[in-house]
Amino acid sequence: MRVLLPVIIGLLYATGIYLILRRSMVKVIFGLVVLGHAANLMIFTVGRLTKGSPAFVPHGATGIAEPFADPLPQALILTAIVIGFGIQAFTIALFKKTCQSLKTEDLDEMRNTDQLEKESP
Amino acid sequence: MNRLIILPVLVPLTTALIMLLLPRRIAVHRLLGVLSTLLLSVVSVILLNSVLSGGILSLQAGGWAAPFGITMVVDTFSCIMLAMASLIGLTTAIYSIGSVDEKQEHNFYHPLIQLLLMGINGAFLTGDIFNLYVWFEVMLISSFVLLVLEGKPEQFEGAIKYVTLNLLSSAIFLAAVGILYGMAGTLNMADLAMRLPMLEHRELLSVAAVLFLITFGIKAAVFPLFFWLPASYHTPHVAVSAIFAGLLTKVGVYAIIRFFTTIFTLESTPFIHHILLWVSAFTMVTGVLGAVAQYDLRKLLSFHIISQIGYMIFAIAIQSPLAIAGGLLFIVHNIAAKTNLFYLSGIIRLLSGSWNLRQIGGLYATYPLLGLLFLVPALALAGIPPLSGFWAKLTVIQAGLEAQQWLAVSVALMVSILTLYSMIKIWNEAFLKDNPLSGDEGQRGREYHGLSAGKKTALIAPAIILAMFTIVSGLWFEPFFILAKGASLELLDAGIYSKAVTGGIP
Repeated sequence: MRVLLPVIIGLLYATGIYLILRRSMVKVIFGLVVLGHAANLMIFTVGRLTKGSPAFVPHGATGIAEPFADPLPQALILTAIVIGFGIQAFTIALFKKTCQSLKTEDLDEMRNTDQLEKESP
Repeated sequence: MNRLIILPVLVPLTTALIMLLLPRRIAVHRLLGVLSTLLLSVVSVILLNSVLSGGILSLQAGGWAAPFGITMVVDTFSCIMLAMASLIGLTTAIYSIGSVDEKQEHNFYHPLIQLLLMGINGAFLTGDIFNLYVWFEVMLISSFVLLVLEGKPEQFEGAIKYVTLNLLSSAIFLAAVGILYGMAGTLNMADLAMRLPMLEHRELLSVAAVLFLITFGIKAAVFPLFFWLPASYHTPHVAVSAIFAGLLTKVGVYAIIRFFTTIFTLESTPFIHHILLWVSAFTMVTGVLGAVAQYDLRKLLSFHIISQIGYMIFAIAIQSPLAIAGGLLFIVHNIAAKTNLFYLSGIIRLLSGSWNLRQIGGLYATYPLLGLLFLVPALALAGIPPLSGFWAKLTVIQAGLEAQQWLAVSVALMVSILTLYSMIKIWNEAFLKDNPLSGDEGQRGREYHGLSAGKKTALIAPAIILAMFTIVSGLWFEPFFILAKGASLELLDAGIYSKAVTGGIP
């Protein structure tokens, strides 16, 4: 796991960045989702990986025996996943409405708001 | 007294919930919006008073001691930002009564503004970097919805750019929080400030610092990362544009100041301040050049936001007590002047029926008082004495000269001239030149004159309030300077902050 997770995180970042550079909106959404997962997994690895030693103080003892994984990053990821889920749901809805409204999902065609002489609504 | 700290978050949340429980009562929404922001202003003044007399206040949520629980902190800097946020919240709540149409109000416009204010206030208050991420998300999700509330195609297009780049910045933020936690083992800002200088393995410190810089750089719209701002800020309803222009980028600047004075000091990451110096010069120049080219009123003003952010970043890059004080004064001045210009641009739009400066004209002949009202924030933005912008700019430039940053100072002065030029451009085009559409004089201002007297007052009153603020803070500058100086000394001495939060226990 110690080798595998960093490799997966790297792959996820690479995939995410590749996807958000694409012109299709759907791929951009997937890119953002994948980048979020990469960040979450990274926080997970930062908290150390251990097997079979939960971070609880045993009955009668005053401390935990090393090695144990830090439980805080796992709590952080839970929060980040929930927030990410909500925001991704909103983003997908927004992208769908955009597709319907602009009749295209090619990001290269969405340059009206950047042009000098186009008036704002 | 410490319990008051939670109120700037609790008041907008409760207000939004009450509004959501009464979805059809628009009159109640309007009233509650004004009342809640009035209450916020009172709370922030009380907090400022108690911080000035009794030092930094902190609240440990749930009674868990400092580095373990969730901490909320107010120092002088947070108080200043809270006070400005409530001022802008109040004026926007009034302005919305006049300008936002009922359809949007039924689509939960007012609760969304309250939730946006909650996110902004939370970001100013929190003493924990992961919580800062959470507040950023609260702020972002409300701003996403506000941006597309009218459902026009341009708004969707602008929103795609805004949403994508801001979500990217959130992902980077999360990664940076992870890296910093892995090194220091804490998320509490005060605790981090104490632990970072003592770290043994500091290889990744620069990586974390740069990632934070990119994250907040995207939020604050600094030089290579600003593209989402001019693509989206001119699309939503003008009241939404105004509150975004006043507050959202400043939350990014707030985070940069908080991180690169309290947590990452000059000693731990000296290269950051070199990067910031270059970034500031490029931000000032690109912003103002973008503005000079525009003929659309709101696009012009949007580019100006970027240019003005450059001055704030310049102040942070120098990092002397005088520079930070100047930066804070600049933020205060800019929040009021910039928001006011957006309010006035909305009124100009109603009077002339267009955002395009080529189609507007002759407003000074018919509405001379509006012209004077426009001149106050416009000249303040360009830095004409005795308005607030002059003193803020003077302090920043004085600090730049003391730090011997000749190149950046000359860039800042050149940019002032271009700022003045583009403000005069609006003045000449919209107010002085003859109306280009003289044929249909009857059409002009129909939209404005169709409004009831109450709505007209609601449109003009916020502009007058903010113009008064700009004039008063220029003429009676000394207390503002003393306040900013105190805040900057507090920021640059991380020890005060850490001690106040953790009670001095390492």
